[in-house]
Amino acid sequence: MSNVSKIGDRVHRKEDRRFLTGTGRYVDDLQLSRCTHAHFLRSPHAHARIKGIDTSKAAASAGVVAVFTGKDTADAKVGGLICGWVVKDKHGVPHKAPGHPAIALDTVRHVGDTVAMVIADTAANARDAADKIEVDYEVLPAIVDLTKALSAGAPQVHSDVPGNLCYDWELGDKAAVDAAFAKAAHVTKIDVVNNRLIPNAMEPRAAAAEYDRGTGNYTLHTTSQNPHVTRLVLSAFVLGIPEHKLRVIAPDVGGGFGSKIFIYAEETLCVWAAGKVGRSIKWTADRSESFMTDAHGRDHVTHAEIAMDKDGKFTGFRIDTIANMGAYLSTFATAVPTYLYGTLLAGQYTTPAIHVNVRAAFTHTTPVDAYRGAGRPEATYLVESIVSKAAREIGVDPAELRKRNFIAPTAFPYQTPVALTYDSGNYVPIIDEAMKLSDYAGFGARQSAAKAKGKLRGIGISSYIEACGLAPSAVVGSLGAGVGQWESAQLRFNPTGNVQVLTGSHSHGQGHETTFAQIVSDKLGVPMDQIEVVHGDTSQVPFGMGTYGSRSLAVGGSAIMKAADKIIAKGKKIAAHLMEAAEADIVFENGTFKVSGTDKNVPLAQAVFAAYVPHNYPIDKVEPGMDENAFYDPSNFTYPSGTQICEVEIDPDTGVVEIVHFVAVDDFGNIVNPMVVEGQVHGGIAQGVGQALMEAAAYDNATGQLLSGSYMDYTMPRADDLPSFTLGYKTTPCPHNPLGVKGCGEAGAIAAPAAVMNAVRDALAQVGAQDRIEMPATPQRVWAAINAR
Amino acid sequence: MYDFAYHKPKSVADAAAAVKKASDGKLMSGGMTLIPTLKQRLAHPSDVVDLAGVSDLVGIKVDATGVTIGAMTKHADVASSADVARAIPALAALAGGIGDRQVRNRGTIGGSVANNDPAADYPAALVALGATVTTNERKIAAEDFFKGMFETALKDGEIVTSVSFPTATKAAYMKFPNPASRYAMVGVFVAQTASGPRVAVTGAGPAVFRVKAMEEALAKSWSADAVANVKVPAEGLNSDIHASAEYRAHLVTVMAKRAVAAAG
Amino acid sequence: MTISVSMTVNGKAASGNVEARTLLVQFLREHMGLTGTHVGCDTSQCGACVVDVDGASAKSCTILAVQAEGAKVTTIEGLAESAEKLHPMQEAFREHHGLQCGFCTPGMVMSAIDLVKRNNYQVTEDIVRHGLEGNICRCTGYHNIVKAIVAGAASMKAAGV
Repeated sequence: MSNVSKIGDRVHRKEDRRFLTGTGRYVDDLQLSRCTHAHFLRSPHAHARIKGIDTSKAAASAGVVAVFTGKDTADAKVGGLICGWVVKDKHGVPHKAPGHPAIALDTVRHVGDTVAMVIADTAANARDAADKIEVDYEVLPAIVDLTKALSAGAPQVHSDVPGNLCYDWELGDKAAVDAAFAKAAHVTKIDVVNNRLIPNAMEPRAAAAEYDRGTGNYTLHTTSQNPHVTRLVLSAFVLGIPEHKLRVIAPDVGGGFGSKIFIYAEETLCVWAAGKVGRSIKWTADRSESFMTDAHGRDHVTHAEIAMDKDGKFTGFRIDTIANMGAYLSTFATAVPTYLYGTLLAGQYTTPAIHVNVRAAFTHTTPVDAYRGAGRPEATYLVESIVSKAAREIGVDPAELRKRNFIAPTAFPYQTPVALTYDSGNYVPIIDEAMKLSDYAGFGARQSAAKAKGKLRGIGISSYIEACGLAPSAVVGSLGAGVGQWESAQLRFNPTGNVQVLTGSHSHGQGHETTFAQIVSDKLGVPMDQIEVVHGDTSQVPFGMGTYGSRSLAVGGSAIMKAADKIIAKGKKIAAHLMEAAEADIVFENGTFKVSGTDKNVPLAQAVFAAYVPHNYPIDKVEPGMDENAFYDPSNFTYPSGTQICEVEIDPDTGVVEIVHFVAVDDFGNIVNPMVVEGQVHGGIAQGVGQALMEAAAYDNATGQLLSGSYMDYTMPRADDLPSFTLGYKTTPCPHNPLGVKGCGEAGAIAAPAAVMNAVRDALAQVGAQDRIEMPATPQRVWAAINAR
Repeated sequence: MYDFAYHKPKSVADAAAAVKKASDGKLMSGGMTLIPTLKQRLAHPSDVVDLAGVSDLVGIKVDATGVTIGAMTKHADVASSADVARAIPALAALAGGIGDRQVRNRGTIGGSVANNDPAADYPAALVALGATVTTNERKIAAEDFFKGMFETALKDGEIVTSVSFPTATKAAYMKFPNPASRYAMVGVFVAQTASGPRVAVTGAGPAVFRVKAMEEALAKSWSADAVANVKVPAEGLNSDIHASAEYRAHLVTVMAKRAVAAAG
Repeated sequence: MTISVSMTVNGKAASGNVEARTLLVQFLREHMGLTGTHVGCDTSQCGACVVDVDGASAKSCTILAVQAEGAKVTTIEGLAESAEKLHPMQEAFREHHGLQCGFCTPGMVMSAIDLVKRNNYQVTEDIVRHGLEGNICRCTGYHNIVKAIVAGAASMKAAGV
């Protein structure tokens, strides 16, 4: 049996051939017959009242099929976009959920808010027509500065949300924390800004909607990380098209990083309008539209204090955060700065008392939601920044202070004071390995050598923990999630022995077509080229919750394992019949059923054939066919952990920060394909470095205009901004899923900002500027920090 | 992009006539700035006159006095020209650092100087080396050519045909790129010319400018130290999310220092 | 204004009537059905649209179709010898996991080939990192792309392409 892969093999990707030959199929590549093209007129203002819209010239423009405004969607009773996670505030009151119409009715609330939809025979004609729409705006004062959004007198984003406060949420035991601070030997305080980021998947969002007048069925091709969730939301909440009459397909998708989880106005409107005009409609965002309308990420302002005893053991941690929601609530916006942030504030440490207060604010900016890591990078940046600051203040090496406070490997399962129960981990060997790989001991000499050249060298550590593999449905349900977070899998064998693996996870770069095939190949002994992974189509895959939160392998992969177990169980019955043996005596090894202790055997393919051509078959015991379905709901989150160490060199003349070495050592549990895992870590680190040194969504405080609205002004990490990375692994298998895996998609982005910034601060400490720098540490900011008087 | 009428004349004279005839005609050389501008609908020309059909605008001539580059010569060809590298190595290096590889493969010197983007590289070389811009109508000294932000001495229908650079005994260009766009946030070209040292700055202000105080310092002593303490006033310099005027002013000194050191 | 254009795309004659404002990338994708060339930005920076025009890499989102009149254009679809045999650079990307979502990949591969040729098949990590200034990838952190191109340069030299 050639071409069988094992879990742990470095298998080249099955999907690569089509991507490398230009034969991938992304949404914009679709050529639908008689297709029309949509263009959305965007608000040029951050906050304005729409006093009137005249679409008559646009409607008469060449090639125009239809023009729709907010009045049309309101008249058609198109529902507003929803937020699917209810967060209850300190007093048990649900978050404020202001209306979010797909097309603005009478008020626009951020630059890029949708004002009208034009449908024409070509994209250029649609755009030409949109230019002819006359909108009478009354420009209103806007609030984009998060630090002032909750202040008295700030412009109000929604009339039904007083003071712009979406919720005031807390977690942890405040009294215990206050008591710890009362007894503290030392308290370290920090103020940090977690800068707003724009995800920038390289494929812009796109949608192509079809309506079949004969059947009344709709099909939406869209750039989604979770097509079934898109269908569910559009059906149940927004458009009212029954789920069985709406098919959502997410074909090849060019990256997501969270931004393609959400259900946006554009695909909603394309589906609705396809029914209205009876023709297919396609829309692909310009990058400029992506900047204005893809949900942004991060955007916190935090003050925190940590209490220590005389030995440097953390005794209490208090955190006060304001989180930006933007102008409207995106699909999972409320959960990100609460359950994905507050619950991670214990980090890898035994801090016994933690209290976090998060106030979420509306502003006249693009909605903010999950972006790679979602809440956990914000938590890690805060924890790891304050720990390194504390180490400097009490004169203890930052690695040593971390080790002193790490949860011991014997303490698992470990209940933190912020709700989570960590299942496994062993943190000291990880940091030791990272210190070895980064030659931590030799840093002093390198710093001195740099100083002799007039450069400032610094080294920074970030030891992260994340909760991923989202998630036990009962747990997230109790916390306000509107959906379950299991995953489904179906193993559909064909009579000739090959198999389709249908998964509710979605791959938009992660390589599931390879790694999921590896699991099946390993488990069932089927050659890789006999396995096809199918994802991203609600009409093919039973159901699925999609890909986000590093969940695909831990949850989706586990569902595949469960389905494979069912295949083996059924195959045993068939094999027992074919070999005239007792089912209890059948074992399954390397793709073959054997009668224990004999050389009698039936390969799986033979059992499969028998199941479809059941001439000689135990028809009284089992049904024909070999097609098994499984749903897997995890019993806990998974808890990847690791340590990154970054070394930087700063040119004090220009403020340029160069990353000279970057080490990441991770515990992802078992690894299915090391090549793919390394790629995930590299990409995550690059995004984390981007946040630390380059990227920032900047708004003009006076006008609310997005100043970083293109690659001319939003700094994307490029090849020459980054070094090659040094990676290492330590493994403690996840104890509660069948693969022992933890997830690797977000780790790099979660840990890297603190590693880089701790290095930058360490370098700047040589000139006393370590507390004067925020992310992104751009050359200008570093230069200003060094030269501040 | 709005649609337009497209012309591809074979001579400079025909090109000039086509532009003059159009109600709002635009010349296109490499299109590296014009096409993005049109895509953003920031311009709405009635006619676009493509100079790619005018073959005598391409080429590099080097003699004892200097380098003459045809307006339609691509940045990549200037960067890889052994003749330019021998005559004015700093000019070849500057061309090799414009934009990215794909921009250098299409963008031209004529387009760059005629557009006069405040963050373009070539204007610094032209002013520092004391170059002459030749058009279909006249010759214009570089310093008289660059007027202000996106503004030049070119009249309607006037077309840059070549740029002539006198050699310099020493020259170097140092650029601090905008971290996002990679355009010059500050670019300083220093040259020891027949008429003395010249220092030209791009990216920092609304248009290329000379720093006389640095030139005087370099006239006394050609060394990095000579310019290290010459500060440029921040007033009037560009300020944006990437660099304040103060930071740009500081970078002018740093880049000047490095350019002088690189020039040897 | 409608103009007739003709050029050679991947070795075959191609022609069509286009508006003057039609970009080369639109001609390739919409008229030729060659959707391997992608559009990732509108400011000529991401490089997802890079193709080869007359022997030099170019951003097809910043060229009018009419400017490519008479040109020889090679796209990602024109690289592999056959369905089985990839171009050495494509093979190197596969071998070294130099792609994830695949969206930037066509432009990245086209830029890589130009970069290698212009450096006489002798490239270092540093040369590659600087040479990719016109291409943005959001997935890989460039680590494996750089590895792939260094390896691909050697394979290209060995294969004489």
